[in-house]
Parts: sequence; structure tokens; C-alpha cells
Amino acid sequence: MIDILDLTADVLVIGGGPAGAWAALKAAQAGADVVLVDKGYTGTSGATASAGTGVWYVEPEESAREAAMASRENLNGHLSDRRWMARVLDQTYANINELAAAGRYPFPTLADGTALRRGVQGPEYMRRMRAWLKRSGVRILDHSPVLELLTDPTGAVAGAAGRRRQLDQPYRVRAGSVVLATGGCAFLSRALGCDVNTGDGALFAAEVGAAFSGMEFSNAYAIAPVFSTVTKTAYYNYATFSHEDGTVLEGAGSQRGRSVIARALLSERVFAVLDLADEKAQAAMRLGQPNFFLPFDRMRINPFTDRFPITLLLEGTVRGTGGIRVVDDDCSTGVPGLYVAGDAATRELICGGFTGGGSHNSAWAMSSGTWAGRAAARHAATLGPAGKRRRLTAAGRAGLRPTGTPGDPGDYRELVRAVQAETHPYDKNYLRRGEVLTGALATLDERWAEASAHLRGDVEARQAVAMLAHARWMYTAALARPETRGMHKRLDHPQADPLRRHRLMVGGLDELWSAADPVRPHTPLDLAVAS
Amino acid sequence: MIELVSHDRCVTCDRCIAACPTNVFDRGADGVPVIARQSDCQTCFMCEAYCPTDALFVAPQPAPVAADDPLRDEEYLIASGLLGSYRAGIGWGHGRTPGARLAVGPDLKPIVRPGKATT
Repeated sequence: MIDILDLTADVLVIGGGPAGAWAALKAAQAGADVVLVDKGYTGTSGATASAGTGVWYVEPEESAREAAMASRENLNGHLSDRRWMARVLDQTYANINELAAAGRYPFPTLADGTALRRGVQGPEYMRRMRAWLKRSGVRILDHSPVLELLTDPTGAVAGAAGRRRQLDQPYRVRAGSVVLATGGCAFLSRALGCDVNTGDGALFAAEVGAAFSGMEFSNAYAIAPVFSTVTKTAYYNYATFSHEDGTVLEGAGSQRGRSVIARALLSERVFAVLDLADEKAQAAMRLGQPNFFLPFDRMRINPFTDRFPITLLLEGTVRGTGGIRVVDDDCSTGVPGLYVAGDAATRELICGGFTGGGSHNSAWAMSSGTWAGRAAARHAATLGPAGKRRRLTAAGRAGLRPTGTPGDPGDYRELVRAVQAETHPYDKNYLRRGEVLTGALATLDERWAEASAHLRGDVEARQAVAMLAHARWMYTAALARPETRGMHKRLDHPQADPLRRHRLMVGGLDELWSAADPVRPHTPLDLAVAS
Repeated sequence: MIELVSHDRCVTCDRCIAACPTNVFDRGADGVPVIARQSDCQTCFMCEAYCPTDALFVAPQPAPVAADDPLRDEEYLIASGLLGSYRAGIGWGHGRTPGARLAVGPDLKPIVRPGKATT
């Protein structure tokens, strides 16, 4: 084994998707020396890079902003916060325009000469971000998964340790502050680009005492052809869904009718054909999302005329809204030195209990990344050089440092299967019922006791433990919300309960807890900020 | 999943080894990447996008295809125009217009179905 690589930085960013890239960029622009470590490769990692995404980009005009903020409040269960929405709209507008100018992203131009800036193609966006980061002096370590955070004697986060897996070399970064931008958790479902999103950052955060919010909003499922990983549910707006025999599946739809598809899939195959797209729409779809057509072209299927079998792939908290709780405008977590951005953070502040992915999530990634990066740079500057000379303690527990006799390093595989068996099925996670959730949580709790006592491994073991922890927070929150709100659907409580219009915090690793967290009321000031 | 590394086309630039987000490739003895961990492939097509010689092919299925599947047959993939089709689709490569520049997608407002309520 090669000797440990020991680095120091003002700011360490963990994760190189859009949120991490913006955090690193803004920290560097603020004068910080920045190291970004990515489990994969900054430019291809994460849910955005391999996809295309809309961006919640709205002109700074009062009525447009008002409409943008109001549009999803019913769907999201009235758990969003207009002050945060206004901040994100402002920040996203600035960032997208900076991406076009300094980032040199080639936005399309319409016939009348106006630039269209309401969406980005993932590969191009993240390729440009990588180049921009390099120009800005950010040091990038690809293929360098973090295993655990490091803390100083006061409990403040002071770095991280991991492994450069293509070199089999351990590394350690001492830093004044750390930004977690590790994405959500999709439980290795093979949803496009999401297999790197195993909730690692959530585990690291919990181990140093951070809490979570919105974890009940964790059951996003996307439509994909069964022979594919490509999830682009919005395009199924043009679909007619049918049974195997060709009769129409009544009530099925890409938006509100998705649960009808889930129910049907429990007992039969379901088919789709995009027969509602006219020629103009078909051409625009190809230009908008070339990757949507890859599976069809490669299978010689015409999705506009041929029926093809579909499935629903779990996207968990990638397109759910739950994540690490944000305690202040600077995306701090309540743990000194630790900031959070993107899907690793809760998106309830702007999305409440529902997102369709894309638009709001991409706006949140660049906005929260900006705030977290700047705040991390400020925090590191406050500490000065002494911040990089602190005595470090490793915070990692389950999967790295078992409390009992260590098991076989390959034991993580069985744990992954067990977690998937409790999280993937539609009749457990999508169509939720109290007794089923209780049973699943009991199984997961037993697994946690066993894993924390015996599992010892490397990156894969930590991913498995992170997914296990994620699943337990999800179902703890889902049980603490006996009602239907946002994407959290309880078959045994099909209505919203007006007394439960609050957020839910959860936390803990061995013993889990949950608590209500009030939504800040709308005030005239919020609306003034928005204009 | 990744099914093909073309020995004829590969120029051993290592870009796919770097770009694969799930670290599927190892460098082979002759420099041509080998698919060392196919089961880790998340079928995201990014390696194809980054390959400068269109030497890679990712089948759409999230599991390996059968040994005799045409999607593993280099001659078929070349003849059908599928090899390199993703890079062409996103307009990457010398002399191409970046797909991002042309990406004006459809209007995704709800569609009124003939004779039916919208869902």
C-alpha cells in the first residue's frame, strides 16, 4: 500500500455534482484554498451529469416570481418557505447568467435572439463546471470516496479521510471547514446516474451530530422503460399507459396517476406509448434530451408508435426532498465547520414535500452550493492557519469500526440486498401503510444492530451502512406523519391533517428520534423580498 | 451496461478510465481498457460521451446482455450507426455543434386527450 496522501485546505468540498462544484467555485472566488473530492469523476458524477435538467430560472419580475412561488404550494403540502424561495430565485438567476458568461455554457438562442436559460444538458453543464473549477485553482481528487469526517477536540468538523481507489491509497484532508455535497440516496436502483448517490454524506453528518428534515418525502419513483435506466418522467406527459392486452390503464399518468402505475406493476406488466406527441413535439424532445432516445434507438423501438414495457425506479431522496437539516441562511448544519448543499440537504425550504426533480433541485443545488461555499470560506478564514493544525479524531463508526467481532469484508453485499428489499418495493415505500412501515423499520433496526457490531469494510461497507441509516430515518419520519402530504402517501391515512402542517426532524444512529418543526409563516416581508 | 471496448478504435488515452463515475474500467496490459467491474456499471453512457474515437458501447439494459446479442457485436454496431451515436447526439467532437446550443425542448404543459379528462 502507498503511504497516506496528506493534504491541507481552507475548504474541503465532498462531492462534485452541481452543488459541490458551485460550492468549490464560490469558496475559491472568496479567496479560499479549496480541495474537492469526488467518489467518481467531477463532470460525470451525480444525478445531473448524465441527464438533462430544467432550472428554476425566472426573470426578476414581480408577477412572474409570484406565480413561480405559488405554483407548487398545493402539491408540496404548504411546507415551503417563500423567503427561501425568493432567495433561491435571486441566486439562481445570478448563477445561471454567470454560467453563461464566465462559465461559457452554450445556452440556446431563440429565433428572436433571446437566450433560453431555463434548462441545461448535464454532460455539457458539468464539463464546463469542471473546466471552470480548474481555472479557479480548485484541486480536484477524482475517484476518491470519503470514508469518514474528522473532528477537532471541540467536536467541530476539521477534515475528512478516504481512499483514492484507483491508486489504493488512503488520503486525509485537513480543512478549516467542510461542505457536504454528496447528493441524495437512490438505494442503488440503477435510476440514471444515481448509483453514486448512496447517502454517504448523510451518514457522515449524523456521526457528528447533524439532524435531518423531510425524510418522509423520500419515495420518489421515476418512469423508465424496463430495458433501460433512463428516467425522464416529464416526457411521459405524452404517454398513454396500457395493460399487457392493450386496453388503457385508467387513471394512469406521469404526474398524479403514477401511483396507479405502481399499483398495476405489483401484479402485471404495464406498457406506454408516447402517442400524444405530435411531430413538432417529437423533434423538440430529441433536441431537448438526446439521452432519452438512446434506449429506444438501441432497441429499434419507436416510442411514439410502439408500445414498450415500463417500470418505476426508486429515486429516494434524489428526487424526494428530505436531507440534512439546514439551520441558517448560510446552509450551516448546526455542527461547527460543517455546511451542506444540494440534494444532501433538505429541499423542503423551497419544495416542501414534493419535487418533480430537475427545476427546483437544480436551482437549489447552485444556490445552496453558493451559500455553503462562501460560508465555509468565511469560517476557514476566521480560524486562520490554526484551523489546519488541529488534533483530529476520526468520526466513522458502523462499517469501519465495529463494536464487536468483525465479520467478513464481503458482508456488505447481503446488507445492500436487505436494505433494497425494504426500500424498493412499491407496496412498502410508495404506497405506504403504518403496519408495513413498522415491520420494515423493525427489520432495518435489527440490521443496524448487527452491522454496527460486526460489519467492517471499506467504501462499499460505508455505502451500505449509509443506505441502511437513510432507510431508517425515512420510515421513522413516515411513521411520525400519519397523514398524506406532498409525495408522502399513507394508504391508511389518505387525507392531509391540518394540524400536521409542520416539518419533521429526525436524527440519531443507534436510537432514532423525531420531532415537529414549525414552518415559518408567510409575512408581507417575504413578499417584499420576492420582488 | 458497458458491453464493448473496440480494440481497433481505442487509442489508449485513458479518458474512460478517468471519466467513468463508478470506476468500471482497469487499464489492460496493452493499454486498452478492460471492463473489470461490469456489475458496477450504472448505464449512464458517460464513457461513450468522453471517448474521442467512439470505441465504447453501452447497451441500454441495466444488466448484461446475452453473449450472442447484437449489442455486443462490433460489426453490427458500426453498420447500424449505433457506435458513437450518443456523442453525435450531444454534439461532442470536432466540427460538431454542441447539443446544448440546440436544446430547445418541447412545451411540457398538460395535454388534453381527445375525449378524455387529463390525468
